[in-house]
Amino acid sequence: MWSRANLVGALAFLALAIAAPALPAWLVSLATIAFSNAFVVLGLVILWRAGLVPFGQALFYATGAYSVALIGRYTGLRDAFLMLTAAAASAGIVAFLVGYLLARYRDIFFAMLSLAMSMILYGVLVKTQTLGSTDGFHVQTPTFLGVAPRGGTLNLAVFWLVLGLSAAAALLISLYFRSIAGVLAVPVRDNEIRVEFLGISVTRLIHLKLVISGILAGIGGALAAFAVGHVDPNMAYWTTSGGFVFVTILSGTNSIAATFVGSFMFELVRSIAVDILPGTWQFILGSVLLLTILFLPEGLGSVFSRLRRGMP
Amino acid sequence: MNAILAVRNLEKTFGSVVAARDISLDVPAAQTIGIIGANGAGKTTFVNMITGHIKPSKGSIRFEDKDITGLPSRAITRLGISRSFQVAQIFPSLTVRENLCAAAAIARGKDSILACALQPLHSPATIAEAGGIIELFQIAGYRDVLASTLPQGARKLLDIAMAVGGWPRLLLLDEPTSGVSVEEKFAIMDVVMSALRSRKITILFVEHDMDIVARFADRVLAFYDGTVIADGTPAAALADPQVQAFISGTKRAAGSQGSATHA
Amino acid sequence: MLTAFAILTDALVYAAYLFVVAIGLTLIFGVMKVLNVAHGSFYAFGAYGAATAVGVYFDKGWPVAGGFLLMLLAAMLIGLVIGIVLERGILRLVYGKDEVVVVLVTYAVFLILEDLLVLFWGTDSYSAYQPLAVAGNFEVGALVLSGYDMGLIALAVVLAAVAHWALKHTRYGHLLTVVMFDRETAAAFGINVTVVFTFTFVLGAMLGALGGAAMAPKISVTLGIGVEVIVLAFAVVVIGGLGSIEGALIGALIVGLCRAAAVHLVPQLELFVIYAVMAVVLVFRPYGLLTQAQPRKI
Repeated sequence: MWSRANLVGALAFLALAIAAPALPAWLVSLATIAFSNAFVVLGLVILWRAGLVPFGQALFYATGAYSVALIGRYTGLRDAFLMLTAAAASAGIVAFLVGYLLARYRDIFFAMLSLAMSMILYGVLVKTQTLGSTDGFHVQTPTFLGVAPRGGTLNLAVFWLVLGLSAAAALLISLYFRSIAGVLAVPVRDNEIRVEFLGISVTRLIHLKLVISGILAGIGGALAAFAVGHVDPNMAYWTTSGGFVFVTILSGTNSIAATFVGSFMFELVRSIAVDILPGTWQFILGSVLLLTILFLPEGLGSVFSRLRRGMP
Repeated sequence: MNAILAVRNLEKTFGSVVAARDISLDVPAAQTIGIIGANGAGKTTFVNMITGHIKPSKGSIRFEDKDITGLPSRAITRLGISRSFQVAQIFPSLTVRENLCAAAAIARGKDSILACALQPLHSPATIAEAGGIIELFQIAGYRDVLASTLPQGARKLLDIAMAVGGWPRLLLLDEPTSGVSVEEKFAIMDVVMSALRSRKITILFVEHDMDIVARFADRVLAFYDGTVIADGTPAAALADPQVQAFISGTKRAAGSQGSATHA
Repeated sequence: MLTAFAILTDALVYAAYLFVVAIGLTLIFGVMKVLNVAHGSFYAFGAYGAATAVGVYFDKGWPVAGGFLLMLLAAMLIGLVIGIVLERGILRLVYGKDEVVVVLVTYAVFLILEDLLVLFWGTDSYSAYQPLAVAGNFEVGALVLSGYDMGLIALAVVLAAVAHWALKHTRYGHLLTVVMFDRETAAAFGINVTVVFTFTFVLGAMLGALGGAAMAPKISVTLGIGVEVIVLAFAVVVIGGLGSIEGALIGALIVGLCRAAAVHLVPQLELFVIYAVMAVVLVFRPYGLLTQAQPRKI
């Protein structure tokens, strides 16, 4: 459990947590959003290693975000941990239900069906007044086990929350990658029929992966809701899902650390591009992605390099 | 005699094509049966039905006195029947050792998917199991080689070795030496047979090479046009005039050691 | 009764629009196994180009019929240029790769093209209302039908008919059919698959742009129309069966009908009914309505 990589990772998170009060506020906010999104990307990595690329993770992301926002709006609950649990649970339930259908599809149809599911949620959110319609609505300020920070301390508190959860997720997922279900991702991608013949249900394996990735994406959405303070239907739109897929491409599927670092770099470059070179962000992103996909497939893991070794 | 496998009136039609008609037979435990027949005679259909890849249209299959007709392949695997494939179905991205660890872990693991998320795959028991199988099939030299780069003979051995991960009581081999060079065929079969017989596994193997069949089978089933036209010792079956007409293609004196003939 | 007729006409108009947009997408997939996300950009470029051309043209007060023709020609020219540049420049580098990888490549291209769109036309909205106004309205009973809408339906019908005829009765149509069936077999027969690919992609691009041009008078041509349309097009072609032109037609009709019914009867469903239909179709026909599965032999 305490391999060298895990130890380094744990120390890195700890160092960030300690340094946070000394860092500029914009950086802390940026990192908060980046690591929230990293949760969704982690979920994508889990599916990607099994050869599946969903185009609709925004479904779970938005479910988590809206859970938090709705609880804040329609109940008196404010505790961040309670709301997170609710977000994870609701996203998990949605993933569990949707998974019955989705786990039977592969390749492009898996991607498209996943896309359709997320667009269904988008349609529902836009057309429903009680859910805020196109404007969405404000997220109530969370409290932390009774403590109610404000202003700069609130930002720090959310950041620490995200850091703590990220560290926990990183550890749990690294354990998952060593488990039977985790290691079997590559065999499933390589030769699904053989896996069935060896005696295990691939559909149920994929269903499990969908639920895990859904829960992760839901937590990411909830954290993003806290960080931004607002939710709107765009969180379920297909371009949001596309964004997560892109971060996954850029970070690769080789390491959990790369997921967090990649998410951070993505947010950083996006902020800079939008501030300094407006109207070019999509151009830059598209070009970098194109170059990555075309010329650096080795760095990109399962989908691109079928001859690469599986992760130990 | 209690047959480990009992097939009754097995039939399979695909639209208007009858791939298997009225097949009935009993297989005693620990027997080695060679299945011969021209391409399209129904051998692979038969194997696919026994191993759950296809559902029979009619008839029944009983294994160790349990009705397994129409069960999905993974249920049948769990009950103790395994198979290897005409084209080796391995995991090309993994090494030989990782391939076998995966097979062993799935075999040892419980059915619960949740348990699969919680148990590590490379447990000491699994690694030991995989190592044992590598030794048994004499592929230790390829232990850390990527499966995609294996030569054909080693691929076929790996394919069969993976099927053995759960120590099945009945093993079906679909053309275990197909694609393997003539010089290697006997060597490969020697390794496979000694490995399997040491565990008293009942074996059904599909083969086109009559010399291999003659050498390794206790009993031969000859398929033609979806039915079994001969069932007996290799000498008897291969000398059967119908078998010679439809399968061997040329007349051979009983017991002669000519070169292998293929339909 | 009136509602039923209104739903039917709305359905046909919407189906016509979807078909014109989707036919290029499904053709490109059928022949090249490329699910082209950038098709949304072809649509957008076509719409912007047509809006600009129409604006210039009608300002000069030239004859009306020419305006329609100019719209279509502008779109096809844009489609031609972008299509050639993309296919020869980028797409040929990914033929044969995993289908999902190709989708990601076309998505990256889509992003680049979206910013190029802003570079050329800025963030303003454009409107090309003149053709719509010129085509006028006519009355059928108590319903008022737009002449332009009827023209759109006619365009879709013509396209469908031409596509059907061309695939079945022209030499090039036969070539396309063979390549759609199996690229390697086609190459083994001596068909120059590279040329077929370029031709198909450019044709698909032109059709996508045509879709945008045809719709330009009916919408406000602004940022994001490509983003919106591509998911609709995906739904239509997936429902009908990827690669099948008849499928695109059937998909468009089904979606058009469901959406029109929703708009008139249960407006809350309007936005997502198309995706719900897509999900339902996939449950019963996992590869779309008109496509068969290819089982893997072992």
